[in-house]
Amino acid sequence: MATQEQRTSITWDYAPAPESPEHVRLRDSYGLFIDGSFVDPGDGTRVASVNPATEEPVAEVAFAGPGDVRRAVQAARAAQAGWAALSGLDRGKYLFRVARLIQERARELAVVESMDGGKPIRESRDVDVPLAAAHFFHYAGWADKVSYAMGGRTVEPLGVAAQIVPWNFPLLMAAWKLAPALAAGNTAVLKPAETTPLTALLLAEILQEADLPPGVVSIIPGDGATGSALVREPDIDKVAFTGSTGVGKDIQAALAGRGIPLTLELGGKSANVVFEDAAIDQAVEGIVNGIFFNQGHVCCAGSRLLIQESVAETVVSKLWSRMERLRVGDPLDTNTDVGAINSREQLHRIEALVASGEEEGAVRRTVSCSLPDRGFWFAPTLFTDVAPAHRIAAEEIFGPVVSVLTFRTQAEAIEKANSTPYGLAAGIWTDKGSKAFEVAAALQAGVVWQNTYNHFDPSAAFGGYKESGFGREGGMSGLRPYLRVTR
Amino acid sequence: MTSRLPVRKTYKLFVGGSFVRSESGRYDRIEGEPSAVNIPRGSRKDVRDAVAAARKASGGWAARTAYNRGQILYRFAEALESRRADIGAPADEVGEAIDVLVHYAGWTDKFQPVLGGINPVAAPFLSFSVPEPTGVVGVVAPDEPALLGLVAELAPALAVGNTVVAVLSNGRPLPGLDLGEVLGIADVPGGVVNLLSGRRAELVPALAGHHALNAIVDASADAELGAEIDKLAAESVTRVRHAAPTRSYTDATADPLSRLEALTELKTAWHPVGA
Repeated sequence: MATQEQRTSITWDYAPAPESPEHVRLRDSYGLFIDGSFVDPGDGTRVASVNPATEEPVAEVAFAGPGDVRRAVQAARAAQAGWAALSGLDRGKYLFRVARLIQERARELAVVESMDGGKPIRESRDVDVPLAAAHFFHYAGWADKVSYAMGGRTVEPLGVAAQIVPWNFPLLMAAWKLAPALAAGNTAVLKPAETTPLTALLLAEILQEADLPPGVVSIIPGDGATGSALVREPDIDKVAFTGSTGVGKDIQAALAGRGIPLTLELGGKSANVVFEDAAIDQAVEGIVNGIFFNQGHVCCAGSRLLIQESVAETVVSKLWSRMERLRVGDPLDTNTDVGAINSREQLHRIEALVASGEEEGAVRRTVSCSLPDRGFWFAPTLFTDVAPAHRIAAEEIFGPVVSVLTFRTQAEAIEKANSTPYGLAAGIWTDKGSKAFEVAAALQAGVVWQNTYNHFDPSAAFGGYKESGFGREGGMSGLRPYLRVTR
Repeated sequence: MTSRLPVRKTYKLFVGGSFVRSESGRYDRIEGEPSAVNIPRGSRKDVRDAVAAARKASGGWAARTAYNRGQILYRFAEALESRRADIGAPADEVGEAIDVLVHYAGWTDKFQPVLGGINPVAAPFLSFSVPEPTGVVGVVAPDEPALLGLVAELAPALAVGNTVVAVLSNGRPLPGLDLGEVLGIADVPGGVVNLLSGRRAELVPALAGHHALNAIVDASADAELGAEIDKLAAESVTRVRHAAPTRSYTDATADPLSRLEALTELKTAWHPVGA
C-alpha cells in the first residue's frame, strides 16, 4: 500500500535542458557607447560584469566617469535638432528597424540577459526580449502621430532625456525608456544598472546596425555615482528613472528648482487579494507568478498576499505544495522556474529582511531544495502569522518571499491593501465580476490585475500611485512625458 | 440722499466649508476699498487643518459622478457670474475666470476617454486605463492675476475630482477670500476647496512638505520658493507642477490635457476574457 511518504520519496527529475550560449557573440570588453561608437572611458573605470549563477565574469564593461557622462550628454545635445527635424515617418522607420533587429537577435539577447542577471531563460526568452521588441514596434508607429497624444495640439520634443534603468529587466526597461523618447524626437543618454549592463550594450550594437544617427542614443554603464552625475548634468531636459523609492526621492530632490520634467517608476509592496469565491487553484498559480516571477525582483511583485480568512488555510496549503515543486537553479535551463538572485548585495538585503521577519515573530517556511554551490541563491519562502507592522509586510524585499496576511471583509481587504506608502500594483482573485470592478476601483494602485498577475503590454500604461512614483510608461500616456505643447 | 453707514466685511479663511479665523489669532492689515482691512494670517496649523479637511472631503468628491461634478463646477461659474461686482478683481479678469470654470466644467466627463481608454493588448484580456484623481492638491496662487491665476489652477484640479488647499495671493488675497463666499453658495461640498491667506514663506513649506498632500501646483513664479517646494515634495514623492501665472482664458485652455493629467493617476486594469 502506497503511503504519502513512499509517493513523495520517488524523485521525478527533469533532465537538464540548458539553452546553449554557443551562438552568443560577446566581446571580452565593452567600451562606453557614446556618439555612435564604443569608446574607452575617459575618467571612468573598467569592471567585470558577473554571472550571478556562477560568480564568473561574463565580460568586462566600462563604467562612465563624470567626464564621460558630460561627453554623452554633449553628443545627445548635438544630435537632437537633427533627430527632431527628421520626419516622424523616418524616425519611426529607425525604431521599426530596432524592433526587427531585436527579434532577429532574440535568442542571443535572451541568453545574455539570463547570464548577466540570473533570470530564468524561459522568462528572458518569452517575456523580456519579445516585449522589448514590441515596445520599439509600438512607439515606432507613434513617431509620425505624436500630436494625437497631446490632444491634436502642435508639439515638440523636450530635448535631451537622461534615463536610468534598473537591473531586474535590463533590456526591457531600456526599451521602455528609449522607444517613447526617440519616437517623440528626443535624444537620450541611457544608464543601465551596475550589475546588468550587457544587453544594453548589445542594444547599442543593434542601434549601430540600424544606422541610427550618432548621438541620438548614448549608453553609459555605471553605478550610482554615474547616475547621480547624469541627473546633475546642466544640459538635460528630461529625467526618467526606474528603481528604488529611496533613489527616486534623491533624484526628485536633486532636480529641485531646475524645472526639469521627471518621471519616476519606483518600488512597491503590492497586495494580491484572494477572496473566498476565487477559483483557488487558478489563484495559487497566479500567486506563484506574482511573487516568484523573476525571483521576486519585480517592482510590482505581489509580495503581500491578502487571503480571506475562510479560505486562508486551503490557499496557504496549496501554495506551499506548489512552491515545493518550483525548480530553483541554472537560469539557462529551460526547466528552471526560479533563477539566481541578481547580486550578492541583493541577496544580503533579502536575507536581512527575512531574518527580521523571524525576529518579529512571523512564521517562516522556506522550500528545502538543493541550491548550487556557487552563485547567489535564495529558496522560495513563505511567511504566515504576519502582522501589518512587520517589516516583511511593509518594506519591499525584492526577492522570492511572500508575506501572508488575512482579512474578513471586502472593506478590510481594501483598507489593508491601501495602507502602504506604495501604490504600484495589485491583484484581485474572485469569480464575481462586479466585485472585481468595485475592488479594482477602490485600490490605490497603478495597475490592477484581476484573476491574473504580471501581464505587461506596450499599449497598456504602467506606473504607480503615491510613493511608487509618477508618470506612466506604455501607450499614449508613455509618450506624453516626452512632449510639450508649443504655442 | 443721506449717506448710509456701510456694513464692513470680516475676512476669514475658508476651511472645511466654514469661514474661520486663523487658529493663531494673527492678522495682517492690508489696503482695501474703501478702507484698509484685516485679513487672517494663516499658520502652519491652519495648513494642517485644511489638508485634513481636504482629505476628509476627498473620497466623497471623487465618488461623485462626472456629470454631477460638471454641474457643480458650472454652478460655481453661475454663482461667480452673479457676484461679479462683489469680487475685488477687475471685471475682465472675473469674466475670464468664469469662462475658465465653464471650460473645465465640461471636462469632467471627457478627460477619461481622452487620457485613457481600452488598451489593445496582444493577449486575451480586457485591459483599460482610466485616469483617477490623485487626491489632495495644493495650489500656490500667483500674486497677479490674483483671481484668474487661482481659478485657472482650481478648475482642472476640481474637474478631475481632487480636493484643494490653496494659498492665496500674498499681495492681493481679497479676491481669493471673496471667492470662498461664492464657493459657499455654489453647491461645492465643504472641504473640497480650502482657501488660506497669510504669508507664503510660512504656509507653502508646511503645505509642500505635508505627507498627506498628493500633488502641488506652484503658480507663484517665485524660483526660490519653487525649489523649496521641489525639495519638500521629494520627501514623499509628491507630484509637482510649476506653472507660470495664468493671465487669460486663452492661457488657461491652451493645453488643458496637461493641466488635467498632472493631477490624475492613470490606473490600468486587466481582466481576462474567456478562460
